[in-house]
Amino acid sequence: MDEALLRSLTPGVLALLVRRGADFAAAEDAVQEALVEALRVWPADPPRDAKGWLVTVAWRKFLDQARADAARRRREDLVIQGPAPGPTPSSDDTLRLYFLCAHPSLTSSSATALTLRAVGGLTTRQIARAYLVPEATMAQRISRAKRTLAGVRFDRPGDVGTVLRVLYLVFNEGYSGDVDLAAEAIRLTRQLAAAIDHPEVAGLLALMLLHHARRAARTGPDGSLVPLAEQDRGRWDTELIAEGVAILQAALARDRLGEFQAQAAIAALHADAPRAEETDWVQIVEWYDELVRLTDSPVVRLNRAVAVGEADGPRAGLAALAALDAALPRHTAVAAYLHERDGDLAAAARLYAEAAQQAPSLTERRHLTRQAARLNARLRR
Amino acid sequence: MAKYLLLKHYRGAPAAVNDVPMDQWTPEEISAHMQYMNDFAARLEKTGEYVDSQALAPEGAWVRYDGEGRPPVTDGPFAETKDLIAGWMVIDVDSYERAVELAGELSAAPGAGGKPIHEWLEVRPFYGTAPTITE
Repeated sequence: MDEALLRSLTPGVLALLVRRGADFAAAEDAVQEALVEALRVWPADPPRDAKGWLVTVAWRKFLDQARADAARRRREDLVIQGPAPGPTPSSDDTLRLYFLCAHPSLTSSSATALTLRAVGGLTTRQIARAYLVPEATMAQRISRAKRTLAGVRFDRPGDVGTVLRVLYLVFNEGYSGDVDLAAEAIRLTRQLAAAIDHPEVAGLLALMLLHHARRAARTGPDGSLVPLAEQDRGRWDTELIAEGVAILQAALARDRLGEFQAQAAIAALHADAPRAEETDWVQIVEWYDELVRLTDSPVVRLNRAVAVGEADGPRAGLAALAALDAALPRHTAVAAYLHERDGDLAAAARLYAEAAQQAPSLTERRHLTRQAARLNARLRR
Repeated sequence: MAKYLLLKHYRGAPAAVNDVPMDQWTPEEISAHMQYMNDFAARLEKTGEYVDSQALAPEGAWVRYDGEGRPPVTDGPFAETKDLIAGWMVIDVDSYERAVELAGELSAAPGAGGKPIHEWLEVRPFYGTAPTITE
């Protein structure tokens, strides 16, 4: 069974149920039940018309539930009319689903979970596994999200920026367990890009593709982190890079720059260098300047200091770093790196060890400890 | 089957025999250590004794309620002297002896000079469930 096909049909089926008069929460439950049934039944008995099957089963599930509710509450007058042949769901329907699931009234954990379920067609169990929480916890998170959305109208698009932030979060969660969240985020962003013509949607898609292209090279055989400069560039996925660059170029040509396009431009410049030493750091610094202008983010300024260190030498990088708050996450790690480039190995080793203590993930902690160990071993010689 | 928690400490445990901070090892020694830990967990999964393992960041704080309408009181980051847990592994094994055996193997992970760290690990039994049949 083609699970990807099954899941690509989800938003259309859900939107159709909503158009026929089902409220979002009930329709979403019904579609989820239909998906679970499809996963069970299709392997032995694949339908000729996958979408038609899903619509029929989901609508029946919805009616069963609505009738049961109605009977229970003795509100027979609310019994749902039979399915009127509604208009075919368009890309606008899909788009509204994205906006609804990323609604600003939701917390980011709720928005990501709901997006993966309602738009992505993942089951609650799959989402729970991907985020390493019990299934019951994820089920609660999703039903709370749907309750929060109960009063929200399903008829007008919101701010595309909120949708992009949710997809960005899903992508960054990466890979754990049987669901590849990065690949799922790319699929959902592709689908979004097909539904809306927006340079930042294209920018985010390009950014994801360019980073995804490096995935195989990013991790060593023992699970350790391989930094960009040391990656085997022969293992980068050239097809994904070519696609990402093409999407980015088309977006940039429209002259409506945004932060995702700028980030993708930086990723594209890295992808463009056959060897790390050939990286066009001067242009990368220029893009960081754009990003600082667009976001005024201290994290961007920190990354800019690294780029300045490559473009104008480690002293210049350290000067840029000195202007930033030392409490910024990864500030110490950047200082360690720049001191090593500047030839001060003892200071670099000490800073790497200190940065390891503050690392936000175990992988980074190990990587930074290893950097400290490497320099300490050289200093002992 | 009985569940045991194997606790690893950043601070507060008795000193290990081969007590050298990891940033003073060689990179190859670090790789060997990681490999040993990965292999250990993989082996427990195969024997059906692995439940969970997690690592904790070294920062944190004590927190307590401070009365109606007031924000909680915090005390931290932890002072240098305090006991500090680094992580844990939960195993589900047939006996206490097996839990001790596995903790011993984990403590034998190679460190500086490629020699076992002989790190002290805390082994704590979970409470079991009350038996259904009592007479």
